[in-house]
Amino acid sequence: MTDLWTSTLLELIHRSSCDLPADIESELRRRQELEPAGSQARATLATMLENASLARSRQAPICQDTGTLTFYWHVPAGADVLPRLSQARVAVAEATRRGWLRRNTIDSLSGRSIDSNVAEGSPVFHVEQEARTDTLVWLLQKGGGCENMSRQYSLPDARLNAGRDLAGVRACVLDAAWQAQGHGCAPGVLGVCIGADRAEGYAAAKRQLLRPLADVAPEPELAALESRLLVDANELGIGPMGLSGRTTLLGVKLTARPRVPASFFVTVAYMCWACRRRGVRAQTADGRVVEWHG
Amino acid sequence: MTTELIHPFTEAQVRPLAIGAAVTLTGMLYTGRDRLHKFLYEGGVPPVELRDGAIYHCGPVVVQDDGGAWRVVAAGPTTSIREEPYMAGIIERYGVRVVIGKGGMGPATREACRRCGCVYLQVVGGAAVSLARCIEQVRAVHFLDEFGATEAMWTLAVRGFEAVVAIDTHGRSLYDEVATASRRELERLLAR
Repeated sequence: MTDLWTSTLLELIHRSSCDLPADIESELRRRQELEPAGSQARATLATMLENASLARSRQAPICQDTGTLTFYWHVPAGADVLPRLSQARVAVAEATRRGWLRRNTIDSLSGRSIDSNVAEGSPVFHVEQEARTDTLVWLLQKGGGCENMSRQYSLPDARLNAGRDLAGVRACVLDAAWQAQGHGCAPGVLGVCIGADRAEGYAAAKRQLLRPLADVAPEPELAALESRLLVDANELGIGPMGLSGRTTLLGVKLTARPRVPASFFVTVAYMCWACRRRGVRAQTADGRVVEWHG
Repeated sequence: MTTELIHPFTEAQVRPLAIGAAVTLTGMLYTGRDRLHKFLYEGGVPPVELRDGAIYHCGPVVVQDDGGAWRVVAAGPTTSIREEPYMAGIIERYGVRVVIGKGGMGPATREACRRCGCVYLQVVGGAAVSLARCIEQVRAVHFLDEFGATEAMWTLAVRGFEAVVAIDTHGRSLYDEVATASRRELERLLAR
């Protein structure tokens, strides 16, 4: 671990895996107070908070499913990003060796474990060139339990009586929250994309999970729907881990993308309460940390 | 009130439990995920005695020290519903008394629990470090090479492992009740 960029990326993984974001933790704490004393919901939230604190102090992963690792790179136009991707792979293998990541990668054909977590397609990289001088990289760790609860709707949807409008979008999102019950480790955060094609719909929905809980969609109609959906979903009564309660979701983050006339997809990315996301802004040349995010 | 369950878990220990009851487990747990369930369901011979035992749906984060000893760093539950096609058959054939996981299971498992005297316990998903703290020792590991560390069958000695009865031996499931009640709420919300 000689070069600074690799160390910075290793620390990014460390913080993401072992240190629950402050906004998620304080929302869990606030919601805990809203659950009745002696209820299963309150006890479950207390266990989650205790676990977050233990993970931080023991430098252990918050959840044993350390998830699909997706790195979102924002690099200066013209900068060579290939060395950064190699360093990220080295950092992933080292983080696995240190027990910050589980041996969590399976060869889909042979069924064998890829113990380093590094292979073609793992980790996942998204790279965007921008007019900037420093480099910003975000890491999202999304476990399989919640990924299995993500879903995509094509409107109109007769079963939900959902048309191609925001009322239809609302029906899809509430249905997704209901279908997930406790399986995605509620209370979850939903990233939602309205429009796009199927592939970009999932990508954009997932990217919304990087937004802080306090962040509000810039479009007034989406901002209003975000807060309405959060209130609605918490009336479902599914509760933490699906054992009933007032806390089913911690946040709903919407975005809209253009679509072709024939398609109207609503894509919902379900993220568990262990919403592991971290960003770091670093000097492009040597990886020296400028600022941590999340 | 918390009921303490001590391995071997007998029918007499689990029959009186009702959904919503808090329990702690002390003794041996065997981890098992997708690979192990498929293996057992297809008639594979379990390397440990499963009768009156507990299967934990979990793929832990483990590290090996320089002397070769394993240590569990994080060990929360995985989603149990994936094992629904296999679980009832395994409970019946091997006499498994306790199944531990998250998110609940389906009607076949619920029925097997009623018939065979088995309970399904829920532990808090994602609470991997809190749960790992209750593991006193890794006693053995089976299928490490075949299934990999995450899917392997780990024999864990635990003490005071906290869980909630979510499917009991009387045919009741907490999840069914929540799903039904939340369905009514969903219909009310969609009518607004």
